[in-house]
Amino acid sequence: MELNLRSAREVVRMVREKKVSAREVVKDVLAAIERTDPLVKAYLTVDEKGAVKQAERVDEKLARGEEIGDLGGLPVAVKDNFCVDGQETTCASKILKGFYSPYDATVIRKLRESGAILVGRTNMDEFAMGSTTENSAFGVTHNPWNPERIPGGSSGGSAAAVAAREAIVALGSDTGGSIRMPASFCGCVGIKPTYGRVSRYGLVAYASSLDQIGNFAKDVWDCAMVLSVIAGYDRKDSTSVDVEAPDYTASLNGEIKGVRIGIPTEYFGAGLNEEVRSAIEEVIRTLRGLGATTVEVSMPHTDYAIAAYYIIASAEASSNLARYDGVQYGHRTRSPNDLEQMYTRTKGEGFGPEVKRRIVMGTYALSSGYYDAYYLKALKVRTLIKRDFEEALRKVDCLLTPVSPTTAFKIGEKTGDPLTMYLSDIYTISTNLAGVPGISIPCGFDSEGMPISFQLQAKPFGEETILRVGHAYQQQTDFHKKMPTIAEDKPTE
Amino acid sequence: MKEISLEDVEYAARLAKLDLSEEEKVSMTSQLGDILGYVAKLNELDTDDVEPTAHVLPIKNVWRPDKREESLSREKVLQLAPKAHEGQVRVPRVVE
Repeated sequence: MELNLRSAREVVRMVREKKVSAREVVKDVLAAIERTDPLVKAYLTVDEKGAVKQAERVDEKLARGEEIGDLGGLPVAVKDNFCVDGQETTCASKILKGFYSPYDATVIRKLRESGAILVGRTNMDEFAMGSTTENSAFGVTHNPWNPERIPGGSSGGSAAAVAAREAIVALGSDTGGSIRMPASFCGCVGIKPTYGRVSRYGLVAYASSLDQIGNFAKDVWDCAMVLSVIAGYDRKDSTSVDVEAPDYTASLNGEIKGVRIGIPTEYFGAGLNEEVRSAIEEVIRTLRGLGATTVEVSMPHTDYAIAAYYIIASAEASSNLARYDGVQYGHRTRSPNDLEQMYTRTKGEGFGPEVKRRIVMGTYALSSGYYDAYYLKALKVRTLIKRDFEEALRKVDCLLTPVSPTTAFKIGEKTGDPLTMYLSDIYTISTNLAGVPGISIPCGFDSEGMPISFQLQAKPFGEETILRVGHAYQQQTDFHKKMPTIAEDKPTE
Repeated sequence: MKEISLEDVEYAARLAKLDLSEEEKVSMTSQLGDILGYVAKLNELDTDDVEPTAHVLPIKNVWRPDKREESLSREKVLQLAPKAHEGQVRVPRVVE
């Protein structure tokens, strides 16, 4: 029946109405993984037995007439930086090879309680540092639309899994665009909620003032459905905010008449690929046709976001990653002479090049004599960027921008030049610095058949606005229904 | 601002307790030079009267009541340790 091709909304309804069993759903997803993942390599590990067992439990509950939860029977793929009790949690790093998490992250607990089924763990840039998933210690993930291209990153495995129909929905984390950018490159929907909207307890930390959990889906409705389950306050994460999480699907009425959409001039300057630009202009026309009004706004500090981000993120990373010292868990170097050597060799052997680069840069920016010039300066610029958002969002309900200046580039194209790589995150990074929500939504393809997406951003806790606008857009268009040929391969009868 | 030198990279790596090969130090010096050169554009902005933003939430310290709660068992935690001995994590000798 190829249930992996259906939406989360359909699958959950079909399971609830007993038209299909959760077991059948999981079997179809596992079959798709077996067919397609040898090419895409979205997953690091697939828990076939566990997934089937979880599905059978849902089916048994249903047979007994018990409540199965809002996501009952829905298979979910999870990025490798989420702690899942008993599962190897590596963050695609050698330093955590063999680390089996002793507990569930809060979002994992919530997914389990809502009847979702954990099928496997997806590939990523090591410790979420990267924009292509090429920084994984365990191999490259391929873009399902063209295997010679990167899927984006850092949550590239989750995006590729959803795009290749090897998962119906997936979890990711977004520190500077790590959900929205791969979603854009792979042609699926990806949301980064407001900072503090989703508990990060059990998400392995990269840059704590920027990291946020979000999800991938085929369409906005599915995205809203999963967000409704994972959002909310958690006393185990002191940065989660005690604002009630609504049912995000309730605001998806297709109605956007009178919604004011800001178009920030600075996001449409030189460097934006012409095909991406014209696709976004078409989105503006579509949304106007639905009754939204658009106005140009200015966000003058946009151009400084990447510089501020790499100082702040690296500084926080250098502090967060100090814990991988070989003492309590993870890799430890063989027969060190003394404690000092145990620390330095363990890290030297365990971390990959990009992680080392950010640790050194962050340590340098925080070191005596450089703190004011780099770190404090970056924090002040962050204030200016945040103010840009506050001012723009006083005049409009949401902002519409590109997600990335280009479509997915070739594997290996930018690996030798970290700075050029960083610049590909130009349109997504400010969102994290300001702490506002952002969503990536497919809106076309370039002449080489690679997906193009647009981004919507709103004020803190304005997820309902961007979901409503995104959903209305998808009622008028069918870009989100297109799938790569790799996913169309029928199972052999 | 002065350019980052090989000695700066070595110094930061030492602070971070991170072992780098000679090759890594050389390539990192040039890459960090590029990145910090780019970062220097922040100096175009006058931020004298701007307050820093460490994080975006209006939250200061968050405390929980000082009550004993369930936590992971010692057994479960020690299973994760590269070396454990008599209920404790074992590391190379610290005091001579």
